Amino acid sequence: MSWARRALVEDRGWLTSEEFTSLFGLCQFMPGPNTLNLAVCVGARFQGASGALVSLLGLLTVPFLVIIALGACYRHYGELPAIRGALHGIAAVTAGLLLAMGVQMGADLLKKPLLLIFSAAMLIGVLFLRWPLLSLMCALAPVSMWVAARRYCG
Amino acid sequence: MLSPLAFGGASSVLPELHRLVVESHHSMSDATFARLVALSQAAPGPNSLVFALVGWQVAGVAGALAATVAISGPSSLAIYFFMGFWEKIRGTRWQRIIQTGISPLAIGLVLASGCIITRGADNSWGTYGLTVATVVAVLNSRLNPLWLIGLGAVLGMTGAI
Repeated sequence: MSWARRALVEDRGWLTSEEFTSLFGLCQFMPGPNTLNLAVCVGARFQGASGALVSLLGLLTVPFLVIIALGACYRHYGELPAIRGALHGIAAVTAGLLLAMGVQMGADLLKKPLLLIFSAAMLIGVLFLRWPLLSLMCALAPVSMWVAARRYCG
Repeated sequence: MLSPLAFGGASSVLPELHRLVVESHHSMSDATFARLVALSQAAPGPNSLVFALVGWQVAGVAGALAATVAISGPSSLAIYFFMGFWEKIRGTRWQRIIQTGISPLAIGLVLASGCIITRGADNSWGTYGLTVATVVAVLNSRLNPLWLIGLGAVLGMTGAI
């Protein structure tokens, strides 16, 4: 994302810093991969639907081919101890990156402690109850928004 | 089908992907799932390509294409049509309510993703230590995550963990 900002705002000047921040907020909030959302927004802004499609394909095509090639390598060489070990180490780091991201996002919630209950409920629902995401979303989102409306968005 | 639920990005639907391919369909083990996530993390491009990789592992190139369309299609349509509406309600109470109400759920999902990958990847004190060290490093420095990923790869490759 920081790379996207550099390219769009600083290098190309396609968006002002404020425009980027506003679009970024929307893309983070809306469901879907953030970078893809941003590609759709920027593409649509300049060329409508076709622009959105082109920027989406532009963002995905090469990495898609790369990842399939990597997958093929993994299938052939994945059992080599060195590769296995490297991926194992990366996986441990990835887990840490995700947890840290969750903690950073959660820090903003400390001012709204009541809402932490919904984070905890989601965590428990996914990890221990293993409920489908759709059911959890439908159950938790309305209550969470209701609490947000009553307590924090007066 | 997961796409419209991916509040907070691709990492928040990892648990659901895990539930489907590891727990329901038994298409791969916990450890394979964690390794594929690691592979996509180390590769260039959007993180959402983990779906392509998992789709590829399950059903070849067709699976990869289908998974990519499934994760990016619906949400892209949603944001395309939602852009205008969001601009219109910018700064209103409704926008704050939606945003404030959804974010705790996204946080729970991202933390769950972290736990699931920990479960698949960490099986020794070394790997647990690496996960904890990563959390500490991210929270206390502005180090580029790529360095940490590289460090994890080297430690794992040399058998240090």
